[in-house]
Amino acid sequence: MDIKEYIQLVFSDYTLRTITLGTAILGAVCGMLGSFAVLRKQSLLGDAISHAALPGIAIAFLITGAKDSNTLLIGALISGLIGTFWIRGIITKTHLKSDTALGLILSLFFGFGMLLLTYIQKQPNANQAGLDKYLFGQAATLLESDVWMMAIVTGICLLIMLLFWKEFKILLFDADYTKTLGFNTKIIDILITSFIVLAIVLGLQTVGVVLMSAMLLAPAAAARQWTNSLAVMVFLAAVFGAFSGVFGTAISASQNNLSTGPVIVLVAGVFVIFSFIFSPSRGLLFKQIRFIKNRRDLQLHKTLAFMYNIAETHEDISHPHAIRILNNFQGYTKGTLQKLVEKDYVKLNGNLWSLTDLGFKTAANLYNQQTRNNE
Amino acid sequence: MKDKIAVKVDDLTVAYNYKPVLWDIDLEIPEGVLMAIVGPNGAGKSTLIKSILGILDPIAGSISIYDKPYEKQRALVAYVPQKGSVDWDFPTTALDVVMMGTYGSLGWIKRPGQKQKKAALEALEKVGMLPFKGRQISQLSGGQQQRIFLARALVQNASIYFMDEPFQGVDATTEIAIINILKELRKAGKTVIVVHHDLQTVPEYFDWVTFLNVKKIATGPVKDIFNDDNLTKTYGINYKVSVQE
Repeated sequence: MDIKEYIQLVFSDYTLRTITLGTAILGAVCGMLGSFAVLRKQSLLGDAISHAALPGIAIAFLITGAKDSNTLLIGALISGLIGTFWIRGIITKTHLKSDTALGLILSLFFGFGMLLLTYIQKQPNANQAGLDKYLFGQAATLLESDVWMMAIVTGICLLIMLLFWKEFKILLFDADYTKTLGFNTKIIDILITSFIVLAIVLGLQTVGVVLMSAMLLAPAAAARQWTNSLAVMVFLAAVFGAFSGVFGTAISASQNNLSTGPVIVLVAGVFVIFSFIFSPSRGLLFKQIRFIKNRRDLQLHKTLAFMYNIAETHEDISHPHAIRILNNFQGYTKGTLQKLVEKDYVKLNGNLWSLTDLGFKTAANLYNQQTRNNE
Repeated sequence: MKDKIAVKVDDLTVAYNYKPVLWDIDLEIPEGVLMAIVGPNGAGKSTLIKSILGILDPIAGSISIYDKPYEKQRALVAYVPQKGSVDWDFPTTALDVVMMGTYGSLGWIKRPGQKQKKAALEALEKVGMLPFKGRQISQLSGGQQQRIFLARALVQNASIYFMDEPFQGVDATTEIAIINILKELRKAGKTVIVVHHDLQTVPEYFDWVTFLNVKKIATGPVKDIFNDDNLTKTYGINYKVSVQE
């Protein structure tokens, strides 16, 4: 199946369209909110919340006996929130650090959830099959109503974010200062955290408990590499998230039986790796290139400065010197010298070099330039 | 001239755990002084400022700003936190950080407009950072970051300024630039309260001083109380500082 056929299929096939739309919206809202989590250094909170949601799903099923996704997700929401507040409680009431608190709640809740799942599986109830899809998610079970739900939550989320943009930004940057300006930081904090919990719960059905935090973090981490503006970062994260959803769905749909959730997460991971390497300002590749170039320039300047020092001892700056002198004093390389000749700083005559006027002037200004550049 | 009380602290006690960090502090800061708070590490200097500003919850005590409770007078107060208290890799520009100083007067939801931007640019100009307005804040030097924080407080156009170690880790040029701004503020009748570490510069920079070590040791004009006796009481060792008259 080529791309054109696939795109046609997305528009004609009801199931595929629903899944593509659902994963795209989910990716966008997760990227958006994930930016806030990353900037608050609460990256792991998402992981803890999603794991903490599992017992809620199991308990909701045990109570209602129904597998209706909305009911189960309300269970997930409640237990996710309980987990979140426990984590906060542990951090504020004890001396434990936040990573310890997160790890503790994450494994406790997940362990309890797994226990309940195995218990449910042993029940003589035909209905129980398929609950474990919440572990790794199953995009194929998305219904149009689920997508509507996601769209509505995303819309509300977007609205709140635009409304309280200024408050969100200042709280993320400097919470203490925000307090002194008279803002109730608790309200802003609860707003952000609740939306993160909501986004996670929305994604459980598609991506699952285990991988959900990657949906939150990967697009945001990738977006951070490309920009120094919060607004652009949030927007880019939403775009990366949405594309992860669309591409991930496409890959899993065109390859039989590839689970959608993990593929989406992997696509998001590709965005991250690509951004880490190729971002112009923060990426590894350009950083390395800049580093090498700077070193080379410095080497060039050093050789030139050295020649300048020798030339200065003579009245005539173009007084030729044996190339051997350079060798004796400093391990110059032919390449460096060649480059200096190319720039017309140095003349080579057989085995003798001499500074040109241009080279002399440049060398004289070298030190000044260096200090100017550093300012 | 110095008869109006800008900040009044009554019976302030703060504790994180069992041990009190601040014990029964009474403090009156007259209007128009440039005051240093000095004391050893762990003396509660930052805690005192943070408690006055309502960032920390004290166990007991009350704060009033010009005879009214602090909560009603927030608009009169500006704060410069320690530079190290925020993540400077946050995706934003110098101008944007300074604009945050206007958020308090805007209140909830309302966005900053041209008026706020103009005020922020003026503040940047004052601290000599106008050429860096569009710079990503992680690309600024420590001294420049400190100036940005100062500009953010200046934008608030407050009557009372609280600053937590504004001279920490800045070079001599920045230190002089900052102290000149502080002196200008005092000249304009503002009250400036600074947590300060360098005892040598206290007589030169400040006209009022508070010695603090969990309890308040002394407070008053530098020329009257900045002496070896109070320094010894505060720092516990026989401290000798050459006070230049």
